[in-house]
Amino acid sequence: MAVLRPSGDFDTSYEHDLAVVRQRWQWALLLLLLLALFTLPYYAPAPTVSLINRIGIAIIAVQGLNILTGYTGQISLGQAAFMTVGGYISALLVGAAGWSFFLALPVAGLGAGLVGLIFGLPSLRVKGFYLVMATLSAQFIIPWLTRHIYPSLLNGAQGINVPVPTFSLPVIANTCFLGTTFNAELGTCVYRFATPSQFIHITLGVLIVSTIVALNISRSRLGRALISVRDNDLAAELLGVNLFAYKLKAFFIAAVYAGVAGALLAHNLRHINSQTVGLVDSIMFMGMLVVGGLGSNLGPILGATLVVLLEELATVLAPPAAALLPTLAGGATAALKPLLFGLALMLFLIFEPRGLAHRWMLIKAAWRLRPYAR
Amino acid sequence: MNWQLLPQFAITGLLNGGPIALMALGIVLVFKSSEVFNFAHGQMLLIGAMAAWWFASPEGMGLPLWAAIIAALAVSVLLGLAIERLTLRPMTGQPLLSIILMTLALGQFLQGLTIFVFGTTQRNFPVIFSVTNPYRITLPLTYNDNPIVVVLRQNLVWSFVIAMICVIVLVLFFQYTRTGLAMRATAENHETAQSVGIRINHVFGISWAIAGVIAAISGILIATASGLDLSLSIVVLAAFPAVLLGGLESIPGAVLGGLIVGLAQGLVGLPNNSFFMGPAAAQAIRNSAEIVPYILLLIVLVIRPDGLFGQKRIERV
Repeated sequence: MAVLRPSGDFDTSYEHDLAVVRQRWQWALLLLLLLALFTLPYYAPAPTVSLINRIGIAIIAVQGLNILTGYTGQISLGQAAFMTVGGYISALLVGAAGWSFFLALPVAGLGAGLVGLIFGLPSLRVKGFYLVMATLSAQFIIPWLTRHIYPSLLNGAQGINVPVPTFSLPVIANTCFLGTTFNAELGTCVYRFATPSQFIHITLGVLIVSTIVALNISRSRLGRALISVRDNDLAAELLGVNLFAYKLKAFFIAAVYAGVAGALLAHNLRHINSQTVGLVDSIMFMGMLVVGGLGSNLGPILGATLVVLLEELATVLAPPAAALLPTLAGGATAALKPLLFGLALMLFLIFEPRGLAHRWMLIKAAWRLRPYAR
Repeated sequence: MNWQLLPQFAITGLLNGGPIALMALGIVLVFKSSEVFNFAHGQMLLIGAMAAWWFASPEGMGLPLWAAIIAALAVSVLLGLAIERLTLRPMTGQPLLSIILMTLALGQFLQGLTIFVFGTTQRNFPVIFSVTNPYRITLPLTYNDNPIVVVLRQNLVWSFVIAMICVIVLVLFFQYTRTGLAMRATAENHETAQSVGIRINHVFGISWAIAGVIAAISGILIATASGLDLSLSIVVLAAFPAVLLGGLESIPGAVLGGLIVGLAQGLVGLPNNSFFMGPAAAQAIRNSAEIVPYILLLIVLVIRPDGLFGQKRIERV
């Protein structure tokens, strides 16, 4: 896709050439959107806030997958397993070891990244379909391990309860600032991210960081090397791209993203077990990526939003469907979720295989070229 | 090690491998002809068994069991043909990722459709083989002067026998019929097959139809042994490693892979007296039947990525 810029939009400096957001009005729109999202709890009903929270966490997981599958071309069905790893690490660090959540979150990402490296090792030897199976094995082995190792710590199949993330400030001039409340036990001011309307600020903050990192990975040397591995690995190797190193880097980054998303999910749900995210979720993340558009930074955002909204549509449609078909009682949501997701993904694969992001590019190009071409 | 029980667990595991081999065969069949790995095979299994239940039960059609099974096989043939025509024909020539995702999406869709039509309740599948009197076989072996007796449930033995009959029928079909020859030619090379007048779209359709029949048979065999509910579509997850173990394109490989997976699953269930591990670890190993196929898979991928019988066509990096 050629870069089509509106007429008059020239690069006048190196900074301008590198800029992602090129126009003042684009900055204004972006800041407005962020403001609207951050102030969401003040005007939107709680279910909407909770929904945006879920979308945000899904976007982070899919952004990781996009780097692995979209840019590097390595297909993985293990993203949910690495989310489980991140969730457990953060839950244990905050719950059992008493760390701060904001310290545990990056450590959870790194831990999941290391586990991701282990399951990325087969990518050195096999690719394509065989790699799918190798990552699929992560999807079975990791949840099994959480059920069977260290039952005293991981509590087997029941899983563990995850504490509320908090941050504390010292008492300044006998008052607590920033909406914190005084906690007599600790002697400090504490803010608890207990409800989704409080937790959404963490999700959005992490989402902004993860988007900036993903964006910059994709346009740096690392991203270009990953794309070259995807497009022609032999040529990439001849150009001096170390295939092994870059594939492993891609696996590591994808698993770090998954670990961070898993930690967020665990602290948001306040509970994690081996079933919290599973094979179906890994399939959903792949689906989100394809629906949104592989190998584009807008793709994960659009895809995750659409698919989570479809899930929500399934829960909305479930009661009328159950009323229509009495045999469905109780199973309406369970039926509609996979039905709608599978149908949407199949339609996208047949009719729009390059995803929503590509469609958005076409719309933008058509807008700029009007009235000459469609 | 509990040597007394070893033959019992080994033979039970091996017999359990029969249906796994049959599932693996259904996947290999489609892969051989059209190079599509069918992740929706589990859901085809589920729909075949559900259809058989519906035709047989008084809540549905109330047909006699043999008629119900034939009707279910017919439904599965139609399902297989519909899947090929509607979802995979448009994907011809698309990259691997799209095709993998297509069958995954199809699996989700069929899963939702099954719940939509049949609900989530557990069904009592008609019992085909007697459950009350298992076979008792005394092996010509003794351990500590005790004769070793193997107790085998009837459905276990007969499922294995039926699965193996299906395998033999299929192999004969491939070797001795014109259609089988056309399918083998298509598996070898699409363009060459087309150039000698084989309609490869028909061949794809036939292989999906046969895969549907195989899926329905394995679904019925498993449902009659362990009841029928939605978890039937998960059973097939043990067959994916079996396919890779044998090599993606090899029919004897799929059968052997299924048997190896069954045997391994049987052997880890053996009560072991934890002399070199703690009792907790020993217990964990006994519970590891669900991941053993995948551990085998990882080992095979590292040592012999093209499986035991696979062609050396796999792209190494």
